[in-house]
Order: sequence, then structure tokens, then C-alpha cells
Amino acid sequence: MNLKRLITIFFLFFVSVEAIENNNNLTEIYKNLRCLVCQGQSVADSNSDFASTLKLVVQDQVKEGKSADEIYEFLISKYGEWIVYNPPFNKKNFFLWVLPYLFLILGGLFIYVLIRKNRHNKAN
Amino acid sequence: MKISFYKIITFVIVFFLLIVFWLGLQKDNSYNTKSLVGTNLSSFNLPSINNEDTITENYLKNNKFTIINFFASWCAPCRIEHKYLLNLSNNGIKIVGVNFKDKKENALQFLNELGNPYEFVAQDVDGKASISFGIYGIPESIIVNDKLIVIKKVIGPINQQIYEEILENLK
Repeated sequence: MNLKRLITIFFLFFVSVEAIENNNNLTEIYKNLRCLVCQGQSVADSNSDFASTLKLVVQDQVKEGKSADEIYEFLISKYGEWIVYNPPFNKKNFFLWVLPYLFLILGGLFIYVLIRKNRHNKAN
Repeated sequence: MKISFYKIITFVIVFFLLIVFWLGLQKDNSYNTKSLVGTNLSSFNLPSINNEDTITENYLKNNKFTIINFFASWCAPCRIEHKYLLNLSNNGIKIVGVNFKDKKENALQFLNELGNPYEFVAQDVDGKASISFGIYGIPESIIVNDKLIVIKKVIGPINQQIYEEILENLK
């Protein structure tokens, strides 16, 4: 009897952990999708008609075993890159991805030169 | 005259930002899915509104051009564009209607009241199929040729100007 209870508890625990994991995975995908008919809201935040439909489509595709990237690719082919908050790296948005790092390096160099010059002036 | 290195750097940064802002202001930021024009229509399988038949992309290969129109009885702009759809249909242009998130009785009443311009009326009860067509609000119309290539996308109701453009291009 005790063993049966233990197995039931273990099974319920396993099922709920699985459900939470699936739900988290779906929420992560929704968060990266822009609700096209809302003002600055992701699909995760929106209850609009469009967002609800998109959630159903994402759920279906996850059930079919598609990965998040495959789902993004499908939606980008239908709605363009605007549908995702995290656009893929390509020729069009090369500067979008590269410029922040470039500015970081240039900024660092600028500060380094400034500090060196100040030290040099003080030494003199 | 010696120009300070910092002044040049500051000038370059300010100039760069001004260029970025200027280009940003020039850009049309209104979102649309007209980028779908020129792409191939995905395969689909939709039931008819009476659930007696289904329609697939093969059906569209029989027509030189087909308009796929997404409509609903609860959509007010759909009523406005309906007369243009009837005129296009009367001019021999094939139109497939996709009834979007609607009740069958309401959709049939809508067509009885305003006339039926559609060669085939399909239904998309939960709206999921519309995502494969890149639809995000209705009414929307997609014009495809017999090779299933999207040649025009109309977002919002068809008006007089769009009606004339379609008539001119498809006749």
C-alpha cells in the first residue's frame, strides 16, 4: 500500500515538473515574440486576439517537436524579423550587433589614452 | 592652428548620431507584411464553411490569379470592402473567402445579406491557419498567381483605388 502511494506521489511530482518545464519553455518563446497589433507588448504579455492565436500556433508546433529556433524561423518567414525581439544575426542587421562591441572597444581605448595622457602630464 | 584630438572625436560622434537620427526619422516604421510579396504560398488545407469539402493550394493552380480574402461577419471594414469584392467577382476574378474566427450561421447570413463573391468559402474557426498566410488582422487579401506566388497583399479593406489597381493588373 505504502509503495503504491510512493509511486503515485513520484508520478504526480514527475508530471508536474514536466508540465512546469514545458510551460517555462512556451513562456520563453512567447516573450521573444512581438505582438504586432499591441503597443510595445510581447505575445506573453498580451491577451489580444492575435497574441492568443499565435500562442495556439506555438503550442501546436512545440507539440510537433519543433525547436524554438524553428518556430522563430517559421514566424519570420510569415511576418518578417519584426515579429521577434531578438533578431537573428545577418547581413541586414550586421551593424546592429557589431556596433555596441565596437563602441565598447573604442570607448575603452579612448579612456585608456586619456588616463595615459593625464599620467604623462602629471609626471612632467 | 592646432585642432584638439578630443574636439575631432566629439565632432565625429555628434555627426554620426545626427546621421543615425536623420536616417531613423526618414524610415517608414509602419509595420506591414508586404515583404511576403514574391514569396511562395505555404501549403494549406482548409474545410469549407459547410464542412462538406476542403480546399488546398492545388485549387488555386487552376486560376491564373486568385484573391484569398479573409473576412468575418463581425468585421465592420469587411462590409465596406464587400461591394468591391462583388465587382471583382463580376469581372471574372476568382476569389476564395476565408471566414475568420466566426460563427457559421453569422457568416452565411452575412453572405446572404451582402451577396457571395466567393468561388469557395473556407473557414478558419480558431484563426490558426491564418498565421500561415501572415495574417494579423482582418480584412486582408492576398493575390496569388497559378504558380502560387504572392503578387500583392492588401492589408485592410479594399477601396476604390486598390479595386482599380487589381482590376487593371489582373484582367
